[in-house]
Amino acid sequence: MPPITRRALAAATTSLLLLIGASACANDEQQATENVPGVTDTEVLIGTHQPLTGPAAPGYSRISAATRAYFEHVNSKGGVNGRKIVYKVMDDGYNPANTDNVVRKLVLQDKVFALLGGLGTPTHTNVLEFVKTQKVPDLFVSSGSRNWNQPDTYPTTFGWQPDYTVEGKILATFVKQEFPGRKVCHFGQNDDFGRDSLVGVEKILGPVAAKQTYTTTNQQVGPAIGALKAAGCQVVVSATIPGFTALAMGQAAAQGFKAQWVVSNVGADYTTLAKQLGDKKVILEGLLADNYLPMAGDADNPWIQEFTRIHQRYNAANPIDGNAVYGYSMAYTFVQALLAAGKDLTREKLVRAVEKGGFTGPGLTPFRYADGVHAGYSGVRMTRVANGVQDYFGPTWTTDDADGEVKEFTEAPSTPPADAIPTT
Amino acid sequence: MTATRPSEVPTERPPAAPSALRRLLPGAPGSGTVGGSTLLRHLIVAVLAGTAVVLLTNQLPPYQNLQVARVGAFLCVTAGYTVLVGLNGQLSLGHGALMATGAYTVALVQQALADRAVQGRWILPLSLLLAAGVTAAVGLAIGLAAARLRGPYLAGVTLAVATLVPAITTIFTDVFNGEQGLRFPAETPPASLGAYFQPERWLAWVALLAALVTMVLMANLVRSRFGRSLRAVRDDEVAARLAGIPVARTQVLAFVVSAACAGLGGGVYAVLTGTVAPGKFALELSLFLLMAIVIGGLGSLAGAVWGAVLLVALQDLPSLLTETFTLPSGLARRLEGNLALAVFGLTLVVVMLAAPGGLQGAARDLLARLGARRRHPSR
Repeated sequence: MPPITRRALAAATTSLLLLIGASACANDEQQATENVPGVTDTEVLIGTHQPLTGPAAPGYSRISAATRAYFEHVNSKGGVNGRKIVYKVMDDGYNPANTDNVVRKLVLQDKVFALLGGLGTPTHTNVLEFVKTQKVPDLFVSSGSRNWNQPDTYPTTFGWQPDYTVEGKILATFVKQEFPGRKVCHFGQNDDFGRDSLVGVEKILGPVAAKQTYTTTNQQVGPAIGALKAAGCQVVVSATIPGFTALAMGQAAAQGFKAQWVVSNVGADYTTLAKQLGDKKVILEGLLADNYLPMAGDADNPWIQEFTRIHQRYNAANPIDGNAVYGYSMAYTFVQALLAAGKDLTREKLVRAVEKGGFTGPGLTPFRYADGVHAGYSGVRMTRVANGVQDYFGPTWTTDDADGEVKEFTEAPSTPPADAIPTT
Repeated sequence: MTATRPSEVPTERPPAAPSALRRLLPGAPGSGTVGGSTLLRHLIVAVLAGTAVVLLTNQLPPYQNLQVARVGAFLCVTAGYTVLVGLNGQLSLGHGALMATGAYTVALVQQALADRAVQGRWILPLSLLLAAGVTAAVGLAIGLAAARLRGPYLAGVTLAVATLVPAITTIFTDVFNGEQGLRFPAETPPASLGAYFQPERWLAWVALLAALVTMVLMANLVRSRFGRSLRAVRDDEVAARLAGIPVARTQVLAFVVSAACAGLGGGVYAVLTGTVAPGKFALELSLFLLMAIVIGGLGSLAGAVWGAVLLVALQDLPSLLTETFTLPSGLARRLEGNLALAVFGLTLVVVMLAAPGGLQGAARDLLARLGARRRHPSR
């Protein structure tokens, strides 16, 4: 290379490097001081990641449809504080690798104001750090992992449903009363969902007789079920998503393994399971589970009456089942939070509004939200399938995720406001 | 092929027909390296390219910067991969698994340090170096097996490695945490860049630096004595052995170098999100990587750049399509999962028909034709 070229190159490089320093930060500062992302005078944009495809799609893919229907209903009545809610759903296939990407897209590219009801324990756990650095309100994660209740580490993330440890403690308390002396085993998902549930169960019962896990990418649950059968389990507490509840119970029936199944509410919706099992759905008779929202089939419940009206208008293509009730109820709580955040909406105000708590709604038990507590519903009530109908029985119980005792809860549930749209 | 009739013309091709792979490859380079230091030239090109990309990232919004960062991470992988497949003729289908090795190394190292409350800017380079090192060691093990195998058998063994990743992570849940994967503290820009500095731009710079280092090392390697040995072994093992080149050692070394690049790329890829999960390193990734370097132009480092860009662009294509056009939801859902693979396959078929040398081959032909039209008589 001739010296002149070399010198020219060196000069060009130096000047380019200088340019970099100059132009880098100018537009960042401008963007940071911009208006609140996703909020205009007429609209508020929120996003979510949902399993519209993949192993968790059966059942769960209908939650976001109900949430969307509820927001359409609210928008038709003028929205919240004059703003219509725009709800963007991204499919992540219940694959943590996809969740990373779709959540970044929602926050960085679509500039959503908040995330609402991102679904799944393994999926959402992987975006907590990102959500924290972006300071995005991350409300009502659709999972009962205790990860969402870490306000010191993740100050904008909130749970909504009862966590799996609370649920595990209550299920175990019921098992202890109802099936004393039986051999109790645990079947769970191979992540924080299964682990948190097992923690709750073992807090009450001590070590279980046998425990097995499954992985969502592997449908072969035969060996795990065989191991439970070989261990002589009489009661199986199951922390499974619906597809795997169906697989596990189907496999148990095929192996002639007769145990009482006690299933986490997230994997026990009768409509979903019956559809999965088809003509084998008789094995669901006697299935024990729990819930904290009105039963979809309870036509006398005023909340269900309101939700059914919305459902028929905006979401008629889907059945009204536990997934739909879940979607409506969570959307209802979100509208309450948005109202409480006030007219001058900012991300900080929304987070503070949820921390203040005081929300009521369709749930049977109160929320735990408080300063320093980001946990949702505090308890559940047992359900049983009889003659193809899933219904509540026994008392409602509440507890915490630590060593607090499991107590009966006797307050009557609230009634819905007009049109099921909160006013305060 | 119908070439069964006896040849009428004495063939001009070398009598020992090389593998089908050979036909995809560019001719032997090396004639253009007369004069000047190769290292210096590569460094200058790298600095210029780096400056251009840095200037670009200064103008881009966050999500696009993240995509630039992804291109950088994939470029580390494709650069090493194209040297192995294109210049040494060893077909590996397990590079997704090697990426996973690097990614999990970074995650485990960073997690371990974070648990001991160790902090510092040196953690990132250290963990990335370890990622390259550990993956090189894994590459050595696979390479030793690979040196005994040829063609489809080698592909078969490496394919098995690619399918092992999810199994290993779910069997050893205590270490790898199954499907949920591991997370470690997110990489943040240094405070000296200002409080409002875009984190994604910093990630893009990290990935860019890793990619440039890989590219310079590979470019020098390709033009060194070792690079010539690689090609000699690829073209004819017997001839190479007669010329005194240790065939098996060259092949193993090629695998190790390529694995180290894949490990570095995988590590950077993990740093971009602060997470690893087996779902990111599914079998498709290994196939995508191979398609990317073939479409880009096998054996060419510039082709590796094309390949890395394609890998990122095509992954976003399905969601772009389904968002732009309002498709029936059922169709949209089916497309989401499969469109990328279909588009990649189609692109591969079209590129192979239109430009068997890949995109880089096509670009080179185009430039050569333009150059021939207005050639300077004085040169």
